[in-house]
Amino acid sequence: MTSRLKYLLAIAAAGALLAAPATFAQTAKLEPIIAPPTQPASAVPATAKAETASTADHSKFKALQQNFKTGPQVTEACLTCHTEAAKQVQHTKHWTWESVDPKTGQKRGKKNIINNYCTSPVSNEKDCMACHAGYGWKDNSFDFTVEKNVDCLICHDTTGTYRKLPGYAGHPVYERVEFPKDSGKFVEAADLKKVAQSIGLPSRSNCGSCHFFGAGGNGAKHGDLDSSLQHPGKYLDVHMDEKGLNFSCVTCHATEKHEVSGSRYNVAAAVKGPAHIRGKTDASPAACQSCHSDKPHSGRMDILNTHTAKIACQTCHIPEYARDAIGTEASWDWSQATVMGPDGKPFARKDSAGRRAFDSKKGAWVWDSYVIPEYRWFNGASTYKVIGDKIDPSQTVHINEVGGEPNAADSRIWPVKVHRGKQPYDKVNNYLTVQHTGGEDDTALWHNYDWQKAIGAGMKAAGLPYSGEYGFVSTDMTWPITHMVAPEHDALSCAQCHSKNGRLQNIAGVYMPSRDGNRLLDLAGWTLVLLSLLGVLIHGGLRIYTSKKKEQLK
Amino acid sequence: MSANRIYLYKRYERFWHWSQALLIITMLVTGFEVHGTYTLFGFEKAVSYHTFCAWTLLVLWAFTIFWQFTTDEWKQYIPTLKKVDAMVRYYAFGIFRNAPNPFHKTAEKKHNPLQRLAYLALLSILSPVIWGSGLFYLFYSSWAALGIDGYLSLEAVAMVHTAGAFMMLMFFIAHVYLTTTGHTPMAHIKTMITGWEEEE
Repeated sequence: MTSRLKYLLAIAAAGALLAAPATFAQTAKLEPIIAPPTQPASAVPATAKAETASTADHSKFKALQQNFKTGPQVTEACLTCHTEAAKQVQHTKHWTWESVDPKTGQKRGKKNIINNYCTSPVSNEKDCMACHAGYGWKDNSFDFTVEKNVDCLICHDTTGTYRKLPGYAGHPVYERVEFPKDSGKFVEAADLKKVAQSIGLPSRSNCGSCHFFGAGGNGAKHGDLDSSLQHPGKYLDVHMDEKGLNFSCVTCHATEKHEVSGSRYNVAAAVKGPAHIRGKTDASPAACQSCHSDKPHSGRMDILNTHTAKIACQTCHIPEYARDAIGTEASWDWSQATVMGPDGKPFARKDSAGRRAFDSKKGAWVWDSYVIPEYRWFNGASTYKVIGDKIDPSQTVHINEVGGEPNAADSRIWPVKVHRGKQPYDKVNNYLTVQHTGGEDDTALWHNYDWQKAIGAGMKAAGLPYSGEYGFVSTDMTWPITHMVAPEHDALSCAQCHSKNGRLQNIAGVYMPSRDGNRLLDLAGWTLVLLSLLGVLIHGGLRIYTSKKKEQLK
Repeated sequence: MSANRIYLYKRYERFWHWSQALLIITMLVTGFEVHGTYTLFGFEKAVSYHTFCAWTLLVLWAFTIFWQFTTDEWKQYIPTLKKVDAMVRYYAFGIFRNAPNPFHKTAEKKHNPLQRLAYLALLSILSPVIWGSGLFYLFYSSWAALGIDGYLSLEAVAMVHTAGAFMMLMFFIAHVYLTTTGHTPMAHIKTMITGWEEEE
């Protein structure tokens, strides 16, 4: 017995001695790992050309000293020096609007998917290609090999005057036009010479001119991207903070050969290892870990590193998305489209915050601001339904589903925006339909308010049979949230997940202290504790009772 | 009566006892909050208090183990079965009849046989359960690096730790109650504060 006791004491002593240095390590303050503050963000201010770090002043280039009539003419001039630029762009999604699933080979991307916002660009190219990095994609006959049709300016303009309007198949307006039609407002023709001479690296405004306005409205699509990020404060985005780090989009979306890193179709969802350093040969994914590593917390907060094998950084550090009055669309109900006002004419209505709520052309929307995300296990790979894929109309159609398994090494718990909708489908063929919405022709939904004609024209352009019978089906899409990273003190607090009805109450596969427990163990434990208490109370009560009795006997 | 006083608990021993008591009570309170039983400090603070107390107690134990061996006090915990039956009978019957305590405390033998058994159980069963599971819990992020993530689940570790906590709480209830069984209800506590035991 004695030797066993000694043995136990020796173990305890050893444990205590080992523990002591760790205690000091806990309190040691270490600087967080963040990439050195070079000037990636401020290198190219949108307007202050004098401050540019570039070694070339494009206004001095002979090729650019001409009165350009069209966009393609500018591109031809660009290509006289940047001989490979167009070829590079033509390999990217910005040009092809296509993304291939590396596992299945399935062709996805805007060109092939019917989403539950504007649905599909097919048959609507004249409008939609206002956001194509090219000129002239107006129908299926567009030639993807013509180099002069690459639009350099939409990404590289620094004047903020270069705009592409719907209806021009990706061209800017070359003469003054009224826009929107009958609005009394006018858009001036772009001064192509000036724009061409003022090019630079893409700023937040360049990327934002399309990505902030997805689904045809400010903030409508993504929720974590809207025009408030043009001049964000620290509260909205700790990295883009205009008075602080002032990151541009490409600070994180590091780009090589015009291939912009970071894609919704293949997300770097579970990056491991240390922060990347310059000179390292592997690609630098657009992920938090590229700068911060997978063990970013130090000092007092290093306990949070226990979470990084299960939880994406975004889950805690983007506590809400659409953190502004602009908001984002929660749902889009196309079945309300073509509903007319009492006078039989199309009408539109806004919600109390001034955002589109109803339009006879497009249906009804619900908006939300400061949105608490939903959460999913996610491994970066999503599966998508593309044009022609069969659906089951008796249930909500998941247009995309995020991949990933609870506790899998490649999966993390991610915040997502779920956008819900109702949209037309072919009732006989059981697939979502492509509809011809934009345009001035007889089959355009927004011109004639006739679903039958619009679907017919859309499906014809998509090359798919249409039965002639359409209905509306509920759909949803899941969008991983990764922008609008809040400052440290706005990150989720522990109890927002570590509680019975917390943020992650529906997440399976992890044991979360405070949320989880074993009912049987708790029941047994508390029963025994209660019995102990009862035991000592009875014992004590008896002692008091018997001692009083004795006193009375005396 | 002051003539019959013996010095039972030395200064370091009393310091150890009361600081350990404070740490264990704090860990019980914060531990059950972390477990989700109630909200008191808030989860974040509860975790950090709990962790801080754990490390502090480990350091305290390091000193105490050193003290136990340098002073030979560790011998107080050598278990014995002698007079155990008498002690059991005393607590079950004698104590209600004002019978004398069969155990007589001396500086060399300050724990009665039942106490010795209880403290030995505390040290050899409860401590490994709580410290073992607690350290695994604390170093959860290192499981993969240590190559043990395939053999352990946080749920199992947490369950063992919680079971330990229930046992500790039961010990605490019994221990506090038994302090009232001296010749006056506060006598044992006074002794633990001053170090001096006053004999009847």
